[in-house]
Amino acid sequence: MKKDNQHIILKTENLSIGYASKKSKTIVASNINIELHQGELVGLIGGNGIGKSTLLRTLTKVQNQLDGTIYINNKDISKYASIDLAKVMSLVLTELISSKNLLVKELVALGRQPYTNWVGNLSEHDKIIIKKVLKQTNIQDLKDKNCFELSDGQLQKVMIARALAQDTDIIILDEPTTHLDMYHKAYVLKLLQKLAKKTNKTILFSSHEIDLAIQLCDKLVVMTDNGVVSDTPCNLIEQGTFDALFPKDLIVFYEKTGSFRVKK
Amino acid sequence: METNKSYKTTFIVLVLVTLACFFINISLGSISIPNSEILKSFFGSINNRSWQHIILDYRLPKAFTAIIVGSGLGISGLMMQTLFRNPLAGPFVLGITSGASLGVALTIMGASIFGGVLTAILISKWSIVIAASLGSFLVLLAVVIVSTRVRDTMAILIIGLMFGSITAAVVSVLSYFSSAEELQQYIFWGFGSLGNLTWEELLVLFIIYLTGIFISLSSIKALNTLLLGENYAKSLGLNIKKSRLLLIISTSLLAGTITAFVGPIAFVGLAIPHMTRQIFSTSNHKILLPAVFLLGAIVMLLCDCIAQLPTSDYTLPINAITSLIGAPVVIWLLVRKRRMMF
Repeated sequence: MKKDNQHIILKTENLSIGYASKKSKTIVASNINIELHQGELVGLIGGNGIGKSTLLRTLTKVQNQLDGTIYINNKDISKYASIDLAKVMSLVLTELISSKNLLVKELVALGRQPYTNWVGNLSEHDKIIIKKVLKQTNIQDLKDKNCFELSDGQLQKVMIARALAQDTDIIILDEPTTHLDMYHKAYVLKLLQKLAKKTNKTILFSSHEIDLAIQLCDKLVVMTDNGVVSDTPCNLIEQGTFDALFPKDLIVFYEKTGSFRVKK
Repeated sequence: METNKSYKTTFIVLVLVTLACFFINISLGSISIPNSEILKSFFGSINNRSWQHIILDYRLPKAFTAIIVGSGLGISGLMMQTLFRNPLAGPFVLGITSGASLGVALTIMGASIFGGVLTAILISKWSIVIAASLGSFLVLLAVVIVSTRVRDTMAILIIGLMFGSITAAVVSVLSYFSSAEELQQYIFWGFGSLGNLTWEELLVLFIIYLTGIFISLSSIKALNTLLLGENYAKSLGLNIKKSRLLLIISTSLLAGTITAFVGPIAFVGLAIPHMTRQIFSTSNHKILLPAVFLLGAIVMLLCDCIAQLPTSDYTLPINAITSLIGAPVVIWLLVRKRRMMF
C-alpha cells in the first residue's frame, strides 16, 4: 500500500465491542482490525443498530472493549491518563452543549482546556491557535456571536473548530451531518476533507451519507452483519461490500453512481 | 476562556456599592447613632460605651455575617446550577437544609422524647449549631456515597430531593408529638437570624467559609468545562468524579455551615446566580464567581437593612425578606431581558 510510510495514528487489534454485565456478554461486533493513518479522512458507515456508536464509544474510551486492544500512536489506549488522551483525541458529539449562552470564541477557546493553567487563562500561543482555527473553519465573522444565535450548520462548524483547537492527532465526530440540509451536509464533510489534508490530522466520522462519504473519504470503515471491513471506497465498491449493507428488499446499490436507489 | 468585554468598571461599581451597603447596614438599627460616632467607634475613640458595644459587638458581626451568608449561598447556588445544568438548582438541592433542619428539630423537639436529662445539655446556643452541622453533614455524606456510585449527575439531584422529603417527613412526625413551646422555638430557628453571632462563632464560620470559597475558586476551570456537558468535559481531560465531589464538598461546607449558624436562608442561593447572569450576560465562571460574591453580599446587606425596620423596635424574619424583596427583582430582570441567561 502506498500509505505504509505514513504514521499510524489509530489501530485496533482483534477488537471486540459490546456490553458486558456480571451475568452475560453482548457482543455487538468482533474481530475488528482497522488502521487509520495520519491525514486521512475516514468515514464509518453501517445501518442503524449495527454498532457504529458502540464502536465510537469504545474508540473514545467512553466504554471498555470486551476484547482486543486499541492503540493510539502505538500506545495502548487504556494506558492513557484522561488528560493525556485529551491531547491526542478530540470529539464532536451529537449531544447539544449544556449552555448555549457562550460566545463562539469562548466555546472554541474551551478546546484549549487541556493546555491551560488551573484557572484556564489563555497564553499567547493558545490565542494564535484559536485565531488559526477560526480561519480554517471559516467562522471568523461568527466569533462574537452567542451560540444560541447560530443555525445548526454554523454551530456544527463551531464545534469542529473547538475540536481543532484541542490540537489533537485524531478528531472523532459522531454523525456530524444530522439535522443539516443537503448543502450543509456536503459543506461539513468537504470541510473535514480540507482540514484532514491541510492540518494532517486524522478525522474519523460516522455518517449515514454513504454517497457523500464514498466521494470524499480516503478510507471507509463499513460495518455489516458479515463483519467490519475497511478499505478505500473504490476497492469496497469492487468487492461489493455495500450490497451487504442493507436488506435488499427496498434499496439497491449502483456501482456506477456509487449510491443507493429505491427499487421500482 | 476569552471574554468579550472587560468588566472592570462594573466590578469597581459593585465593590463601591458593597462598601456603601456595609456602612449603611451598620448605621441602621433600633437605636440611631450618628455616622461620625460610628466611624469613631472603629478606632475606639468613642465616648459612649453602650454605642460602642452596640456597634462592635452587635452590628459589625451582623454585617460580616450578612456578607458571608449572601456570598456563600450565592456561590454554592452557582456551582450547583452549573453542575446539575439546571436553573432550578440551588445550594439546598443536595438536601443540606433538610439535614440541618432535622438536626435542629431533633435537638429542640426530640428533647421531650429522649427525656429531660438530655434537655439541659442539648439546649444551648452551640448545640443548635452542632446539631445543624451534624445533620447537614450526615445528609451530605449519604449524598456523596451515593454520588460516587451513580454515573448520572441528574440522579444525584433526585437523590438530594428524596433525602429532603425524608427529613421533612421526620420533622413533621416530630412536631406532631412536641409541645407548642418547642414548636415555636423550631419555627423561630426557621425564620433565620443574622444577628446572633458572637465574634467567636463568626470566626468559626469564617474559617469554614474560606475553605469552601477556596475550593470553589480552584474549580473555576472545571465549572467552565462543565458548560459543554459531561461527555465533552471528559473528552477535554476533566476528571468528572473528582470535580463533582469537590463541588459537592464546597457547597456543603458553605451552605451547611451557613445554615447551621443563621438558619435556613431561602432564595438567595437560587436567585443571586440568575441576577448575576442577567447583569453580566456571560457564563464564564471567572467573571461569574466574583460577581456572585459581590451581588450576594449586597443583596444580603440590603435585606438585613430592611428586615430590621430602621427606627422601629421590630425585626422581621430575614428568611421572609430575602424572598419578598428578591423574587420580584428576578422576575423583573427576566421579563425585561426576555431571555433567560443560562
